[in-house]
Amino acid sequence: MRYIIILKGTQPAGPPPEGLMEAIMGLGAEATASGSMIENAGLAPSATGAQVTVAAGELSVMDGPFAEAKEYISYAIYDVRSKEEAVEWASRFMQLHVDRWPGWEGTSDVVKIFGPEDFAPPQ
Amino acid sequence: MSTTDSAPGAQPRVDAADTSGATHRAVEAIWRIESGRLIAGLARVTGDVGIAEDMAQEALVAALEQWPRTGVPPNPAGWLMTTAKRRAIDAHRRESNFGRKAAVLGEEAVSGVDSDAVIDAMDDHVHDDVLRLLLTACHPVLSLESRVALTLRCLAGLSTDEIARAFLVPEATAAQRIVRAKNTLADRGVQFELPGPEELSERMSSVLEVVYLVFNEGYSATSGSDWTRPDLCNEAIRLGRLLAGLVPEEPEVHGLLALMEFQASRLPARVGPSGEAVLLPDQDRRLWDRLLVRRGLEGLTRAESLGKPLGPYSLQAGIAACHARALRADDTDWARIVSLYDVLVRVWPSPVVALNRAVAVSFLQGPEAGLKELETVAASGRLDLYPHLHAARGDLHARSGRLEEAAEAFARAAELSRNEADRATFTRRATELRGTPG
Repeated sequence: MRYIIILKGTQPAGPPPEGLMEAIMGLGAEATASGSMIENAGLAPSATGAQVTVAAGELSVMDGPFAEAKEYISYAIYDVRSKEEAVEWASRFMQLHVDRWPGWEGTSDVVKIFGPEDFAPPQ
Repeated sequence: MSTTDSAPGAQPRVDAADTSGATHRAVEAIWRIESGRLIAGLARVTGDVGIAEDMAQEALVAALEQWPRTGVPPNPAGWLMTTAKRRAIDAHRRESNFGRKAAVLGEEAVSGVDSDAVIDAMDDHVHDDVLRLLLTACHPVLSLESRVALTLRCLAGLSTDEIARAFLVPEATAAQRIVRAKNTLADRGVQFELPGPEELSERMSSVLEVVYLVFNEGYSATSGSDWTRPDLCNEAIRLGRLLAGLVPEEPEVHGLLALMEFQASRLPARVGPSGEAVLLPDQDRRLWDRLLVRRGLEGLTRAESLGKPLGPYSLQAGIAACHARALRADDTDWARIVSLYDVLVRVWPSPVVALNRAVAVSFLQGPEAGLKELETVAASGRLDLYPHLHAARGDLHARSGRLEEAAEAFARAAELSRNEADRATFTRRATELRGTPG
């Protein structure tokens, strides 16, 4: 089963501390080598994007930045056997930030991607 | 990886109050992630995969006992490794209990009792250790079914019960396969080491065979309602990815992974609303998994870029890629498929491959040309009892307008088939063909 893990965080005042990117790359390599992480990328600040909204039957397009306090930072797609496994990878990823970036706050949303296992035909 | 114990006062990651079994599931998840490396590291120190697996299991049991009370430690992987290593060291220190475990640890480890050295030794060469573990679990001295069971147990972290359910055997049978495999490795003195380059390629083909067998077990079961078996496809693909990281210079590893990803990409389209099988030409290609298709294409490119002659898995992946690239069945590049089959029948002279080639020819040059090829293959008699020979013959006759011959062939295919979904499909074709006014 697949999960997309989307990282959102506060816009940092300065660049990430030394060693964080290195640690993230290391964990990413490990997750990839184990066959669990199958896709990942960083996400640019919302100022470079737009929101397309439907409200009250009207479609509107609004350029970024979005109003949300937290910005999207990155996403990864994991192919794992359980939600707990996805949560474990997300926890390891977040722990790297705890250990290296005092004061930083963020959230990794662990969201299941529908797969064939969600549509097993009736017996 | 760090192997420090949890620091005093460190916050456990999961609430200690575990009423819902959440910690148990978290332990299982961590086990799935770590067990391969854990067993591989222990096997290097003990030289015995069976003992290493037992010790790793002991660490798992300890985690299952302790973590629901204490919460999951901040570094669960390190905790498991440390616990297993402590047990390994305890085992060879316990001279009163000087069994096989201690004996295999060797003179130096026992007399020197340099625990730190033992622990350090296990942190090096993780990459090679996992490869050694995979090669040992797939060692040719083991029966194929033992290789499969041991691989799923040691590298995929499956429990005996899960292996039993996946292969539709009683749990005792699955357990016996694993025990027998461990004993055979010990009795035959199989060393936990990397073979030389010449033997490596032979040993790799045994690994690939095991992985593809696991995949096919799952693939052939995708119409059932128990997802334990189809999940084998995912286990096999994960093993394939692991392997691609371990031996990236081997084209067939990428070829097999690409082949599995292409085949798995079609799983969502392969079963109809009432559970019936939907064959490739009739599949709704919008349901194909584009991420897997993309990864398959990338893997195939990698296999082809290594500049070595392509083996059977890469060639089959090349054929699967032709289907994956065609957004409509009519867009399929049959000329390329036939040329790939021309190479495949040479490197893998199997009558089934020759049969598939005949079908491909029928799409390139028409059903009569395909039938001619098919009858050449059939003349050997080796596929007389193979239902898909008769089904293919039935299809080619039907496309040539010979409905009576077609119906007869499909009826024969249904008679021979042991797969329920296939049999239903063949019977339906036979009935429809007989009902068509000729």
